[in-house]
Amino acid sequence: MVDRSSPPGGPQRPPLSAASLVLRLGGIAVVVAAVAGAFAYVHGNFDPQRLTPKALVDVLEKNNGVHPGFRRNHAKGVCVIGHFESSGEARPYSVAQVFNEPRTPVVGRFALPAGNPYAPDSAVPIRSLALRFTQANGQQWRTGMNSMPVFPVGTPEAFYQLQQAQLPDPATGKPDPAKVPAFFAAHPEAVPFLTWVKTAKPSASYVTETYNSVNAFYLVDASGKKQAVRWSMAPLAQDAAGAVAPEGSDFLEKDLVRRLAEGPLRFQLNLTLANADDPVNDASKVWPAGRKMLNAGTLVLEKTQPQLSGECRDINYDPLVLPAGIEGSDDPLLAARSAGYADSYLRRTSEVSQLPTGKQEARP
Amino acid sequence: MRTPPTHFNPLARLLHWLMALMIIAMLFIGAGMVTSVSARHEWLINLHKPLGIAILLLVIVRILVRLGTRQPPLPADLPGWQVMAAKASHLLLYALMLVLPLLGWAMISAAGDPVMLGRSLQLPSILPADAQVFALLRKAHGYLAYLLFLTVLLHLAAALFHGWVRRDEVLDSMLRGRSRD
Repeated sequence: MVDRSSPPGGPQRPPLSAASLVLRLGGIAVVVAAVAGAFAYVHGNFDPQRLTPKALVDVLEKNNGVHPGFRRNHAKGVCVIGHFESSGEARPYSVAQVFNEPRTPVVGRFALPAGNPYAPDSAVPIRSLALRFTQANGQQWRTGMNSMPVFPVGTPEAFYQLQQAQLPDPATGKPDPAKVPAFFAAHPEAVPFLTWVKTAKPSASYVTETYNSVNAFYLVDASGKKQAVRWSMAPLAQDAAGAVAPEGSDFLEKDLVRRLAEGPLRFQLNLTLANADDPVNDASKVWPAGRKMLNAGTLVLEKTQPQLSGECRDINYDPLVLPAGIEGSDDPLLAARSAGYADSYLRRTSEVSQLPTGKQEARP
Repeated sequence: MRTPPTHFNPLARLLHWLMALMIIAMLFIGAGMVTSVSARHEWLINLHKPLGIAILLLVIVRILVRLGTRQPPLPADLPGWQVMAAKASHLLLYALMLVLPLLGWAMISAAGDPVMLGRSLQLPSILPADAQVFALLRKAHGYLAYLLFLTVLLHLAAALFHGWVRRDEVLDSMLRGRSRD
């Protein structure tokens, strides 16, 4: 920029009266404040009740304690490496390469749905399996599945309230035992989950469980036609199903390592096609039996890696990282999982240097 | 030496107002996105990425236009500190317009996520996956976006100060093609 060497053209503007000056400066302040206020409004500053990703992750931290560098939920787990062999059965329903190419590499993670990375394996009767399929075209399919058939609640708000009901009381350091039953009494949508969990036992092995997407998605074919689906990974080896969990607190990873030493482990990817009336946006509801099911192919797991040094450690298994041919449904839990996982991912990737250097079992 | 122009070149003005709209939209999208867990989060993030790349492409054009055209000079009677503030804030605006989309692209790359601009449009990764690099870039992206918003507010206040209080040609030189007199 070159400063003008001569005074600006035209006559000098008459000076402003004091009142006019104040009015004009005030006008500028109003415009700037309006823009800043609109920004603060969108940012949620005027709405402390808004459920934010931060609030979701904070409540998990309050319940579980902070374990730097670890996931804020499903904190204890193990990486698995393998691939997926497509059967071709899903091809008419989805253009996703994973269903159309014979083989897609997979990096996965078995875990316990608990926030404490040192929780005993029998602490919860649920196991989870997260997978990342990397297609030849570079697109990815990430999915986080659980061994329960339905989610306890259908909305992120209800999930948040359920976590709040488990908050430790500042006086006793323990959660109020009346709060969770009171929550469930007020949330009849949790009945299918509660019915299931009553009979659920902590399994002795990760690989005897069936893992369910819980949320619904859409398969999209070449013409753009959408088919609502839920998926599940069902083990092809049923040998120890129902076995009672052994003594000790870290048997799941040992069992997995032992089984993989004998050879690859296989799961079948089942896609359940929704009927027109099935609830697509509510993960707390079961779909009635008798739905058409596709065997989309076989997941082959070849080896494990420790979660603190394996490839799965730095993967955010965001269920909305999807390839062309698979789309998220309008289930509100999906967007909330995506937003919450992103917040948790930033927290733990900021703490990588604080992770214990030895094996996970070695408490810091 | 030719007489300095009194107004910005039409292409420079078009880029200024187009990008002003896009950047303000982008800042609001970002602010809503990181504080929401509803379907809005997903909807906004799917807007944020392609809009960011569009801004990156436009700012490159804009820097070339800026270097290739002449700008109207600041008023000769502008106090020295205001001249300095004007120059520094413009430099900062250009730097942030360029750096923020690059940081966004780089942080998605460092997370090991596919850089998707739509359902099937994919950009290459510009960094190898690295969790610690991701965390650094993600924080820088956030903090620098707040800085950009503050700089935009300052820019807006200064423009109105020129137009309403000083009543010089500065605001007019970006609003229209020809001087009023």
